[in-house]
Amino acid sequence: MNLTLKIWRQKDSNAKGQMVDYKVTDISEHMSFLEMMDVLNEQLVNAGEEPVAFDHDCREGICGMCSMYINGEAHGPDRGITTCQLHMRMFKDGDTITIEPFRAAAFPVIKDLVVDRMAFERIQQAGGYISVNTSGNTQDANAIPISKHAADEAMDAATCIGCGACVATCKNSSAMLFVGAKVSQYALLPQGQVEAADRVKNMVAQMDLEGFGNCTNTGACEVECPKGISLDNIARMNRELMKANIS
Amino acid sequence: MGGFFKSSIGRKVAMALSAFFLMFFLIIHLAVNITSLFSEDVFNELSHFMGTNPLVQFALQPVLIFGVIFHFVMGFVLELKNKKAKGVAYAKNNGAANSTWMSRNMIYSGLVILAFIVLHFIDFWFPEINTKYIQGDMSGMHDGNFRYFHELQHKFLSPARVGAYVVAFILLGLHLLHGFTSAFQSVGATAGRKKALQTFGKVYSIVIPLGFIIIALYHHLNH
Repeated sequence: MNLTLKIWRQKDSNAKGQMVDYKVTDISEHMSFLEMMDVLNEQLVNAGEEPVAFDHDCREGICGMCSMYINGEAHGPDRGITTCQLHMRMFKDGDTITIEPFRAAAFPVIKDLVVDRMAFERIQQAGGYISVNTSGNTQDANAIPISKHAADEAMDAATCIGCGACVATCKNSSAMLFVGAKVSQYALLPQGQVEAADRVKNMVAQMDLEGFGNCTNTGACEVECPKGISLDNIARMNRELMKANIS
Repeated sequence: MGGFFKSSIGRKVAMALSAFFLMFFLIIHLAVNITSLFSEDVFNELSHFMGTNPLVQFALQPVLIFGVIFHFVMGFVLELKNKKAKGVAYAKNNGAANSTWMSRNMIYSGLVILAFIVLHFIDFWFPEINTKYIQGDMSGMHDGNFRYFHELQHKFLSPARVGAYVVAFILLGLHLLHGFTSAFQSVGATAGRKKALQTFGKVYSIVIPLGFIIIALYHHLNH
C-alpha cells in the first residue's frame, strides 16, 4: 500500500519542531508499524536526509520503549498493543497517518519522536521497590502464603511496562495509572506492607514534582494501555494515600 | 493531613468530597421542589421551613455556598494545571476513541452550570435574601397568603427563562454522568461495586435533571 505520513520532526530538545509530510510506497500489510518506519528511514538515508528518530527495543511488546502517538491515539488504532505490535493491516492504501511524539510536559521531546521518560524511573526510585536484606537468612518469598485473588491482582498490576501511553493519552498528562499500578503491585502483597505508607507518599510526591497532571477519571489510560492495567489500581492508590495520611 | 490536600490525589479527593455534598443537596432541592407539582400548601410549608430554619439558613446554606465556590475554583485551578502538564497539544487527537465527551468536557458543562447558578441566584436567592434579611420580612406572606408558590409560577412564565433552565439541566445531567462515578473513583470507593455505581450514577444523572426540567415545564404550562 502507498501512504502519506505526517511526522513530527524536531532537531533536538531546544529546537522548534514541525509536522513534515513523507510518502512511502509498497508497504506490505503484514509489516509492523516500526518496520514501515524502517522503510521510511532507509528511503531517507538513501536520499541523504536525516532519518526519523524513534524509540524501539524488543519489538515484541515487552520492553515498553516504542512510543508514538499515531492518528490521535497512543500506539495507534488498536487495543492491547504497543507500536511494535501494530500491524499495517490496520490501515488502508492511500491513508494519511499522523505520527507525533508522546506529549506531556514531564516527557520532553529529545528528538523527533523520542521523548525522555526518565520521570517514570525517578518515581520508581522514590518507592517502587521493597527493601530486603540479603543476609543469607532471607525468607523464601514462596514460603509466605498469598491468596490466589491477591496474587492475580498484584501480577496484573505488575504487567505494567512503563511505556507512558497512559500519560500520552490522558488529556491532563496524568501518570496515575502508572503510579497506581506500581503502588498496587506491592500494596497487594505481604512483602509490600512494611514500607506501604512511605512508598505511596513518596511515589505520589515524586509524581507531582515531575509535573504530571491531575487525574479526572476519563478512563482513557485504561483503554489505551497495552497491558490493560485497570483503573482499580488508581482507586487503590488513592485509598493507600488516604490510609498513609490518616495512620 | 495539610500535605495530603496539596497533593494531586488530595485535590482529587477534595473535589470528590465537595461533589458528594453538592449531589446530596440536589436530592434535597429536587425533593422540595417536586412537591410543587402536587400541592401548593406542602410546597409553601417546606419552602418556609427551609427559608427560615436557623440550622438550614446559617449552617447548611453557608456550607453549600462554600461547596459551590470551592468546587468551581478547584475545578478551574485543576484545569489550568492540567493544561500546563500537557504542554504541547497534539496535532491530531482522537479523544472519542477512548473516553466519553462528558469526561473530557467537565470544565465546559461546569461553566454552563455556574452561569445557571448566577441566573438562579438572581431569580430566587437574591430576592429572598433581600425580603428576609434586608427588609426584615420573615413572614413568608404576601397579601395574606404564602408567597413561595406564586413566585415560582411567576418566574416560569418566561419561555426564555424556562429554555435557559432546561439547557442548564441537560448540561447538569451530562456533568453528573461523568461526575457521579468519578467522585467515587477519586475516594477509592469503587472496588467491587463499579457496575452498581455506574448504574446508579446513570439513573441519578438522568432522574435529577429530568425532575427539575419537568418542574420548570409544568409551571410554565400550568399557571
